[in-house]
Amino acid sequence: MQHNNEKQEYTITVYTENQVGLLNRIAIIFSRRKINIESLNTSPSEVQGIHRFTIVVTESRDVVLKVVRQIEKQVEVLKAYFNTNDEIVWQELALYKVLSDEITEKVKVERLLREFGARAVAIRKDFIVFETTGHREETNKLMEALAPFGLVEFVRSARVAIIKESAGFHEKLKDFEKREPGEELIENEYLGNRGAVFTM
Amino acid sequence: MFAHLLGTDAFQETDVINITMPVTKWNYQITDAEEIPAVLAKAFYLARSGRPGPVLIDITKNAQLQKFDYPGYTPCNHIRSYRPKPVIRKEYIDEAVVLINNAKKPLVIFGQGVILGKAEKEFKKFIEKSGMPAAWTILGLSALPNDHPQNVGMLGMHGNYGPNVLTNDCDVLIAVGMRFDDRVTGRLDKYAKQAKIIHLDIDPSEIDKNVKADVGVWGDCKETLPLLTLGIEEKDRSEWLAVFADYAKQEYDQCIQPEMYPSKEEMTMAEVIRNVNEITEGNAIMVTDVGQHQMVTCRYAKFNQSRSNVTSGGLGTMGFGLPAAIGAKFGAQDREVIAVIGDGGFQMTLQELGTIMQTGVAVKIIILNNQFLGMVRQWQELFNDKRYSFVDIESPNYVMLAKSYGIEAAKVEHRKDLVGAVKTMLAHKESYLLEVMVGKENNVFPMVPQGCSVSEIRLK
Repeated sequence: MQHNNEKQEYTITVYTENQVGLLNRIAIIFSRRKINIESLNTSPSEVQGIHRFTIVVTESRDVVLKVVRQIEKQVEVLKAYFNTNDEIVWQELALYKVLSDEITEKVKVERLLREFGARAVAIRKDFIVFETTGHREETNKLMEALAPFGLVEFVRSARVAIIKESAGFHEKLKDFEKREPGEELIENEYLGNRGAVFTM
Repeated sequence: MFAHLLGTDAFQETDVINITMPVTKWNYQITDAEEIPAVLAKAFYLARSGRPGPVLIDITKNAQLQKFDYPGYTPCNHIRSYRPKPVIRKEYIDEAVVLINNAKKPLVIFGQGVILGKAEKEFKKFIEKSGMPAAWTILGLSALPNDHPQNVGMLGMHGNYGPNVLTNDCDVLIAVGMRFDDRVTGRLDKYAKQAKIIHLDIDPSEIDKNVKADVGVWGDCKETLPLLTLGIEEKDRSEWLAVFADYAKQEYDQCIQPEMYPSKEEMTMAEVIRNVNEITEGNAIMVTDVGQHQMVTCRYAKFNQSRSNVTSGGLGTMGFGLPAAIGAKFGAQDREVIAVIGDGGFQMTLQELGTIMQTGVAVKIIILNNQFLGMVRQWQELFNDKRYSFVDIESPNYVMLAKSYGIEAAKVEHRKDLVGAVKTMLAHKESYLLEVMVGKENNVFPMVPQGCSVSEIRLK
């Protein structure tokens, strides 16, 4: 059985109503436990009108589980999931601004960019903006490689993630809209998996 | 404030919605009067359903002044993202039933969930069928009458001897509508480790939060308890109950008797509560603040009916007593409401005497004055060698203070005057304040010292 007190990266996916202030309500659950949110993304989901939060934290399974239940308890939250990295497909996007002179003069830079699969998204006389997507290590590597060649600006987006096992939220939502929910919804998913989840 | 000024630091602007977010179940700011009917309906639904909790609505001034066509009030009974009542999963009921039927020494511990779920009758049937002893958290107090033969008393830091010690001796611990607060559990890694734990709660985030449950029964206890009762066998557990009685006897001789019937000249809080309780025959609603007087009231007041004990439990908010008593009286006008408050806590919300004056609400107030912040003093005595720091407090003249609000009042300093004074207070038709001077440096015992296991409870 895995050690539940060992910290590792977890990606939390939260399906919510689109409501002002909900971001704060969710953030408070982390900050009151002094958990640092490493990445946070909000976006529309596969279902119209339902929003999707993707939150990355490094914590123990025990703590993440309690946090996720407290998130799910919020009135405007429909459902919250948490996954380890092997259970999801994820990407982050990074932008790099490099001086045009450096690129045009140094062949090495051009080769670097090609190697990392970077695309130019803006080409100006004085600078060029490149973009890559990938895991953090990948986008980081290019940043480090470009640093000696006058990387003017670097920025990386939050993680977006797809849960491999998930069948999406369309069916679940129908259940939520019913007054008498079906089996799938009422089943407390955590209770159902307790053996695998808990040791104390 | 007007909606168009939000965020501009306008006069008296406070971001009430964000300030109250961590302490409300739900909150909402209305900026357009059209929203009022639906939002209010939603607010009442949320506050009362599921695990009840406070909701806050902030209505901006423009919305307060705005005229609109009132569509009528339509109660809210469904919000798609909100599941107040989980459907009960039968397999967990079955698992729990097996554990209970095989138990030699089961112990039921119950909290406010029984009262909030209006499940007092269901709870009583449940424990009576299988003869199990039942102990309560302070917010569960009065859900089961104190004189019920299976009521073995109070849990936690200042709870009774038997239920604390035997928590670490029982073989199945059945928690009903309680959340394993640290004041109840003491040291967690030494809490009921020998027992299988069944946890009934309506809030799934409570199951496994503090104490890992072997069987989590998620649901409204008004529904889950009858299902359990149906499955469990009738049992005679008088031997097991006798163990509790033994501990109760020891506690009575060493702690309770000397507190309730003191031989010292100074009065004790316990004897005041005993007298009030005897005179009211356990029928009054007792409202307490936070501190020694609260522990003493919860320990020594005996109740016949549910919803008789109003106190600030897990939050432990001093100043709660007086305003809560006013609320209790408005909520239960046919019952006697007695607020028991310390000299510390009373001064935190004594402006509510104005509310009593203005509304004429007939609340009886007893100030147990030990001229200290007693509970903090007790800790400083026991754990910091009596190096008292900011606990020695001054009081105003409470009798004059009450009278200035038009509230009749008296002060008792000697035992011989106590019973008469309590009777006078209770005979008074309107609100009344009675200040009772009690011993300055009395301690509340038993006590589970911080960081200790419940079975390390000290009688002195």
